[in-house]
Amino acid sequence: MSARRHTISVLLENKPGALTRVTSMFARRGYNIESLAVGPTERHDVSRITLRVDCENQPLEQIEKQMHKLVNVLRVQELVPGESIERELALLKVAAPPSARAELMALGEVFNARVADLGPDSIVFELTGSPEDVDAFEELVRPHGLRELVRTGRIGLTRAARGANRSRPKVLV
Amino acid sequence: MTGADAILRALEAEGVEVVFGLPGGSILPLYDAMARGTTVRHVLARHEQGAGHMAEGYARASGRVGVAIATSGPGATNLVTPIADAWMDSTPLVCITGQVRSSLIGTDAFQECDITGITIPIVKHSWLVQDVEELPHVLKAAFHVARTGRCGPVLVDVPRDVQEAELDFSYPDEVSLPGWKPPRRGNSRQIAAAAQAVAAAERPILYVGGGVVNADATAELRALAETARIPVVTTLMAKGAFPESHELHAGSPGMHGPKWSNWALNKADVIVAVGARFDDRVTGKVSAFAPGALVVHLDIDAAEISKIRHADVPVVGPLKPVLAELARELGARALPGRTDAWLAQIAQWREQFPLRYGRDGGQLKPQRVLETLRDLTAGRDDVVWTTGVGQHQMWAMQYLECDRPRSFITSGGLGTMGYGVPAAIGAKAARPDATVVCVDGDGCFQMTSQELATAVLEELPIVVVIVNNGYLGMVRQWQDMFFEERFSQIHLTHAVPDYAQLARAYGAVGLTVESEEELEGALAEALACGRTAVVDCRVDPREHCFPMIPAGAAALDVIEYAPERDAEALAL
Repeated sequence: MSARRHTISVLLENKPGALTRVTSMFARRGYNIESLAVGPTERHDVSRITLRVDCENQPLEQIEKQMHKLVNVLRVQELVPGESIERELALLKVAAPPSARAELMALGEVFNARVADLGPDSIVFELTGSPEDVDAFEELVRPHGLRELVRTGRIGLTRAARGANRSRPKVLV
Repeated sequence: MTGADAILRALEAEGVEVVFGLPGGSILPLYDAMARGTTVRHVLARHEQGAGHMAEGYARASGRVGVAIATSGPGATNLVTPIADAWMDSTPLVCITGQVRSSLIGTDAFQECDITGITIPIVKHSWLVQDVEELPHVLKAAFHVARTGRCGPVLVDVPRDVQEAELDFSYPDEVSLPGWKPPRRGNSRQIAAAAQAVAAAERPILYVGGGVVNADATAELRALAETARIPVVTTLMAKGAFPESHELHAGSPGMHGPKWSNWALNKADVIVAVGARFDDRVTGKVSAFAPGALVVHLDIDAAEISKIRHADVPVVGPLKPVLAELARELGARALPGRTDAWLAQIAQWREQFPLRYGRDGGQLKPQRVLETLRDLTAGRDDVVWTTGVGQHQMWAMQYLECDRPRSFITSGGLGTMGYGVPAAIGAKAARPDATVVCVDGDGCFQMTSQELATAVLEELPIVVVIVNNGYLGMVRQWQDMFFEERFSQIHLTHAVPDYAQLARAYGAVGLTVESEEELEGALAEALACGRTAVVDCRVDPREHCFPMIPAGAAALDVIEYAPERDAEALAL
């Protein structure tokens, strides 16, 4: 557990200000958030935050314990690589004069990036994949002229497979 | 009934006897409900900061939740300092603030401010009540969160229209907070491991913090210490948590603690931290703190474990049962006489490094004020001390002797100047039988002296002893020691204001002491008068507070009082 970056999945009550309490705690304790994605869950009264944290200055354990002290936080769980799946959605607007279109579309196909929109001189790709896939695709299209980029930040879940369940993801208190 | 009535019925249901506050526009309905009748006593402060510190003093003296009430906007922001103070010192506090009408929230209305937003970093939790039907549950939850787990402040912000809205009131028996699960007991295997570590130690020490007082676990602490004959150091927040006259008490560690106490803590081979948080004022340079010691850390707050110093044996749980179980486990393991040599060593350090200060026969020495107060109150079990923050606070820590928990009330973590006077008023409300003495500095006193009016008119008499050196003394000490004697913006003067006259203007007793001869008589008179009294003790401004561990230095590198330095100063 010496990796510097970790992904944490946090279930919190869907109440006004709950997200602010989490991010404020990170800010005041000087913890670094690399990405944060928040959205609804299977329960209407519960939201899930997926956080990517940089633990250079603070051990993960301390971050998790501080998070657990927040009244709105229900559960804090690390998404351990190999025992969880992580995805990210990106929209990339790439310069695409007619001469470059074919090559760009071929690149997109390799990464299973869908063409979400097509204009006279640009393409908007839609790519869902592991954050590493998104990084790779971003680098590939960048030389063509990456005009705009938006990424959701990673979201994740523990694996469905029985083996992964048996080894139980660490529940942190 | 209205929401305002519901707040009062909830306070009554919680057993609240006294609240501290100041009315204003957005909290008018609540004060109107008070006028219609309640069993709750309201103490009218002169400034909301005063009300907040009074609620803190009440909580610390009584062990119950303190309640402060303020209006929206500036009323609420004036509570921010007490809330931050309560957060740092884990004082259970419920703050109720009025808010502008719901329809005006977000419009920059008159006296609107986002107090729930402002206080997020310094509360355990807060609620902006948007529907009157939520009020009973929110108040139940507020009291529950404030006093369970690690104690601390919460805030309930109630818009004026919610106070005016009607509801069918019923106070819930249970609170539903799925995300709030403080630990209920310590892990028995961890406690056994702790007992093993302590039993094997040659130089064990109990490093006790304010958590022991909040946990009401001082009897269990004493039983544990006596079972295995382990010496005890108590932090500023734990002064009185273990009797200071007890043979096992080894003083207070930290920046201005006696050298022998710091040595005892730093040369131990096993440190049992109990409700303490390895604050920088105790550890000094962390990497040099108690090198080689094995750390057993008992705390209700898991996040304190290994936050500053790695805990070799952590035990997370409520301290009362944890300490009792540890004493039982240790009773079965501890070897009689094992710590005798260690205790003798500490006793020798104590002989070797007593507290010292100059007695040159010139101006009244501040330490003399504290010694006289200690002697005048010796053997009394009805004295509660409060302090401000600075040199006088450290001298109070060094020279006063407290044998009972909740008898020394001070601002530790936040270091809030001006805490002493209002905290004393709150303590007096909690302990009407007690003689409450605020040891204050002249700088601190001027920050909250307006609350003398509260003490006099609410008939909550307190004795204020101002250790008046005419300076922001601790700043002066740092400028002298660490800024090459470049004194900058610290001179308050001994004489402006004339504190005795100011006291008399408020209807209190005012006394001035300018020499050692006048000291004992004036202090005795103030302690006996039964009224609010202010004793202005004009002391030598050159006196520094020693010993001292400079900020960032190793705790073993203590600077002590040096008589030759005094001689130099006199020659100038």
